[in-house]
Amino acid sequence: MGVGDTLRHSFWIAWKDLLDLWRNRMAVVMLVLMPLFMMVMVGFIFPTQGSLDYAPIGVANDDEGTVGDAFVQQLTLFGDQTGMMDIEDRAGFEDIKAGILEGELFGGIIIPSNFSSNLESGTQGIIEIVSDQSNPQISLMLQGVLTSVIEEMGTLNATFVVSDRFEVPLDEAQAIVKPYTVQTRGIVPGETSYFDFIAPGIMAMTVMMSVMTGLPHAISHEKEFGTLDGMMVSPINRLAIILGKTIAQTSRGLIQGLLILVLAIAIFGVTIQGSILLLLFLLVLGVFSFVGLGIVITSFAKDEQTATMVMMTLMFPMMFLSGVFFPIQQMPEFMQYIAWALPLTYATSALRKVMVLGADIQSISTEIIVLIIFGAVLLAIAVPMFKSAMKR
Amino acid sequence: MDDRAIVTENLTKKFKDLVAVDHVNFDVKKGEIFGLLGPNGAGKTTVIRMLCTLTYPTEGTASVAGYDIVKEDGKVREHIGLVSEKMIMYDRLTAYENLKFFGKLCNVPKGTLEKRIDELLRLVHMEKWAKSQIGTFSTGMKQRINVIRALLNVPEILFMDEPTLGLDPQSTSEIREFIKKLNVEDKATIVLTTHQMIEADMLCDRVGIIDRGKIVALDTPLNLKKIVAGAEKTSVDMNVPNLTNEMVGTLKGLPGIVSVVREKETHLLIRARGEDAFDKIIDSIRQSGGKIASIKSQEPSLEDVFLHITGKEMRAEVRSKVKTYEVGKHGPMQPKSRVR
Repeated sequence: MGVGDTLRHSFWIAWKDLLDLWRNRMAVVMLVLMPLFMMVMVGFIFPTQGSLDYAPIGVANDDEGTVGDAFVQQLTLFGDQTGMMDIEDRAGFEDIKAGILEGELFGGIIIPSNFSSNLESGTQGIIEIVSDQSNPQISLMLQGVLTSVIEEMGTLNATFVVSDRFEVPLDEAQAIVKPYTVQTRGIVPGETSYFDFIAPGIMAMTVMMSVMTGLPHAISHEKEFGTLDGMMVSPINRLAIILGKTIAQTSRGLIQGLLILVLAIAIFGVTIQGSILLLLFLLVLGVFSFVGLGIVITSFAKDEQTATMVMMTLMFPMMFLSGVFFPIQQMPEFMQYIAWALPLTYATSALRKVMVLGADIQSISTEIIVLIIFGAVLLAIAVPMFKSAMKR
Repeated sequence: MDDRAIVTENLTKKFKDLVAVDHVNFDVKKGEIFGLLGPNGAGKTTVIRMLCTLTYPTEGTASVAGYDIVKEDGKVREHIGLVSEKMIMYDRLTAYENLKFFGKLCNVPKGTLEKRIDELLRLVHMEKWAKSQIGTFSTGMKQRINVIRALLNVPEILFMDEPTLGLDPQSTSEIREFIKKLNVEDKATIVLTTHQMIEADMLCDRVGIIDRGKIVALDTPLNLKKIVAGAEKTSVDMNVPNLTNEMVGTLKGLPGIVSVVREKETHLLIRARGEDAFDKIIDSIRQSGGKIASIKSQEPSLEDVFLHITGKEMRAEVRSKVKTYEVGKHGPMQPKSRVR
């Protein structure tokens, strides 16, 4: 049994598996729908700046003077112009609290009674922001937006005051009040959205998971139905079974991955900065790094049910810890260590660099080396394990 | 040259505490149909799986087609075919695609493979269904494909694990005929397992009776039955429409009668000893004015052999081999042999 024979046999096993999949219409439909659902779901449910769409904000103006009114007016105008907020008049903290509890309000702003007098006497005017602690994401965003809006309004006021008092033009007054300003410049041109962030991750995940889950699933299924015996009594190298199944599962995963890419580009406006070939290479490399894990599960899972359970247990932490949905840097430190122990993390990171930042092969050489090591080590463990499992 | 296709030496398989196959020794001669007969769980399938290199013995070994099943498992696989209890085929592939796939795995050259598939399909009269998906087939049709799938590489030794399990009577007899034909025309050595006595009796040149992992008897079906025949008695099942208590009484009084059971109003089950027991029973009934509607004589079967050797019944529904004689007005008459 030479290498040629093994490759030929694995080709036929892959042919059989893909034909079987193609004839299963339901599976083909799901194959297409899954990435679509994935993109739509993940793309839309996660909070972004843009998701603050006419957020109802309650404003309680307790100010005894007139500055409070002016402030509320400005705030309302800003809310209307940006379409971010919808300002509602409220009686006080209790009223705002009731509004949040009933779900009418996302948050609130309270202008205290001494607001005008404080300002006039040369002290700072304090504005309270009421946040909804049950929804940390929205409340954090709201705090950010409101803080910057309020600061901006403060700067504007100060600019007018300075310009007025020292009789300087508005530009100069602005430079006096706010000497530093920030401009953001990305390393590639253009704005990126959350889709640009998650599309590479979902692609890497789909392709790699398809091997990790597909392999144990396919083999334990055949074991249970007895068809595996048909291959096992044939004069073929046992590795041809693994190789053939891997080819079939990888093809399936790559088709899904490419569908995600097409959807991301066509519907969600994602752009690819780097080379498509490098992207495909990374996907295949990701598969290589995961095959071993799939084989290990296959080797010790006796039946389909066990295999599915083991896969689910491994899959979910991997999905969420590998920086597919959230940046790893946001995680607590010990979680980051776990993340850096997962191959999916490296694949996601490399893909993201290529797709979003247009990185070339040199910039992602670390990731590539790590993925190759992962794959080689896992295979070195998995292949003997599989061979002995088949001898049972 | 050795005329033995299979030789086992203390072949043993343990699953944790359970000894599924316990130091089994037997030979299978080239060109014979060898049957492994036993109830479910006796270890038949495990023996077959070890011989097919699908699982490895915990102790002992065997040689199949001259190769060791452990050390030369790859070589063994080149010379065998397996019809397993679970059908080895893919429902969403057509019959032709299934055969092509397994043919490719067996390294059958391209041109040869196509010819071979057509030939095999014709052999089981399935050529019309070549392009249909297996999933649309009946169990009998599936089994025909399943059987020819094992023949793609022209195996020297064909293993068949319960080849007629779950088939309707027509498919069963077709498959059995096919097995016979393979053995006679292609000189294939066939090892089959069955829990049906009648199947082993009909098909096998030699039968090994296996119980709790051990071979408890091994011989030709005829010789096995002789073990019982010496000790056994004639068993007659008789239907007499005008049966009276008086007739039953007379029967019970006859010499050599072991037992008479009146099963239903008109139905008798008689066990007797001696060569003329059959005649004596019939004469007795007719002399008392009884009209015999039908008689069934039960010969010793492999089931009796199993019962005799292991001391327990195999399966309730497995009936022994039955011969039926239609009885006319003028007495018992065998349908085919007329008295001149």
